[in-house]
Amino acid sequence: MSRPDVFSGPSRLLHWLMVVLILTMLFVGVFMASGAGPHYHMLVSFHRPLGIAILLLAIVRLINRRFNPPPALPADLPRVMSLVAKASHWALYVLMITLPLVGWAMLSAGGYPIPLWGQSLLLPPILPHDATVWGWLRLTHTVLAFGLFGLIMAHAGAALFHFLIRGDRVMQSMTGMPSDPAE
Amino acid sequence: MPQKLPHSSGRVLRWLGVASLPCLLAAGFAVSGGWLSPHRVTQNTLIAALQGVDGKHPGFRRNHAKGVCVTGWFEGNGTASALSTSSFLEARRVPVIGRFALAGGMPYQGDAPGKVRSLGLSLRGADGQEWRMGINDIPVFPVRTPEEFQALQLAVRPNPATGKPDPAQVQAFRAAHPWLASAGAALAKRPITSGFENDTYRSLDSFLLQDAKGHVTAVRYAMVPEETDVTIPALSGENALFERLANAIAAHPLRWTLVFTVAGPGDVIDDPSREWSGQDRQIEGGILTIDRIESEETGSCTGITYDPLILPPGVSASGDPVLQARSAAYMRSFAERSREPRPVPAVTPATLETKSQDKAS
Repeated sequence: MSRPDVFSGPSRLLHWLMVVLILTMLFVGVFMASGAGPHYHMLVSFHRPLGIAILLLAIVRLINRRFNPPPALPADLPRVMSLVAKASHWALYVLMITLPLVGWAMLSAGGYPIPLWGQSLLLPPILPHDATVWGWLRLTHTVLAFGLFGLIMAHAGAALFHFLIRGDRVMQSMTGMPSDPAE
Repeated sequence: MPQKLPHSSGRVLRWLGVASLPCLLAAGFAVSGGWLSPHRVTQNTLIAALQGVDGKHPGFRRNHAKGVCVTGWFEGNGTASALSTSSFLEARRVPVIGRFALAGGMPYQGDAPGKVRSLGLSLRGADGQEWRMGINDIPVFPVRTPEEFQALQLAVRPNPATGKPDPAQVQAFRAAHPWLASAGAALAKRPITSGFENDTYRSLDSFLLQDAKGHVTAVRYAMVPEETDVTIPALSGENALFERLANAIAAHPLRWTLVFTVAGPGDVIDDPSREWSGQDRQIEGGILTIDRIESEETGSCTGITYDPLILPPGVSASGDPVLQARSAAYMRSFAERSREPRPVPAVTPATLETKSQDKAS
């Protein structure tokens, strides 16, 4: 009944695809949210469908997790580290889902039309038009984005900590490297 | 102890390895966020430059701060459908939420006749599509780019000692931007009408219309008043222009014609500081009717930002960099003011109420 020590193929594919999408999203987001340059509108128009794609992929990932559970953490991992690892992973899921929803909700409350692709396909509003709600959700979107970025930094650092300091196989369970060259 | 050294230096290296990826990510994030380029023109620097001229007024728009809400409708006439697939240009009626305002960040400024007047419009289609316009009663924009706009605001910033712009700074800006001299001349000799109600409001920035075959036409547009000769007695006082507008609307609905000007061969499309030739083809797209006026305290325009890049299918932005900066800075202004306590505007429901009573008596 021992679980495999690497993530399943679909799990790894989803993880690395989302690495690319979420990092792109955060970098585009932080650039456009301050900028006033010639690509502002194009970046905002790209940010919306990318956010919806991440929302959908996060849901697919949660479903996939039911069918392909992650490998167990090493048995000798200190209890605190194991708790932090689990809590941070759930926080990542929560942010992957709430950030796009907050983005969608804030544009709804701001009374903005929400083009998903080109100008023709509009997303329906998910909140009534209320400028005060828009203002606070707009700030929430930024705070959560910085929170997600911080978690991703910690996540990347933690993976390298497992690899370089603890010398266990947690990082390889996602990179998919064979667990032992001798095998 | 000497035997331990390689081991401990290896350990330091490994910890550096752990930190490497987070640090790389953080560095990339800082570059993207502009924290390492302090001279970049951003939403915040543009707003700070405006506030340097007109001060901070929480809860109000960072520019065009003094205004009033209006509502009405727009009815396309189908003529411009030859150039654009936009449903707004077909022969049908859509509701409009608009806002007349004075340019500048001061929400309680007095209504001097020479101040720049603006009109924000949100044309609202039944399918959720909108066409927002932010148009002004000047012939051209004073500058070409967001960078120049910011430099101009810094140049006209009032000197704390005199409360007025430093002429030397203004002169230095002019000398450094000789290509803006023609815009300055056009602005100086612009005709000034007696009020909001008989004024012409222009897009300044250019837009692209797409027809069903994908053919693109560069245009500018204007709302041209039906009545240029208005026989309402002049008012005086801090809100004279707004009260006059209320009286005009109370007398009868006000109408403007949407007129597109098609770019001719010599016209510079992406530079709002350049006038177009007077020979361009013009096309009437429809009629705007305004029949109600309301204070920002109760009116629905307060929760709307008149971002000129909220456009329906069939209309898109030109390459004009000012449009992009307007969209970005309006978003920032809208978010900030919406979190601030809601202020009492200069034009209150009582201001408008009094005027309609005056009229009745």
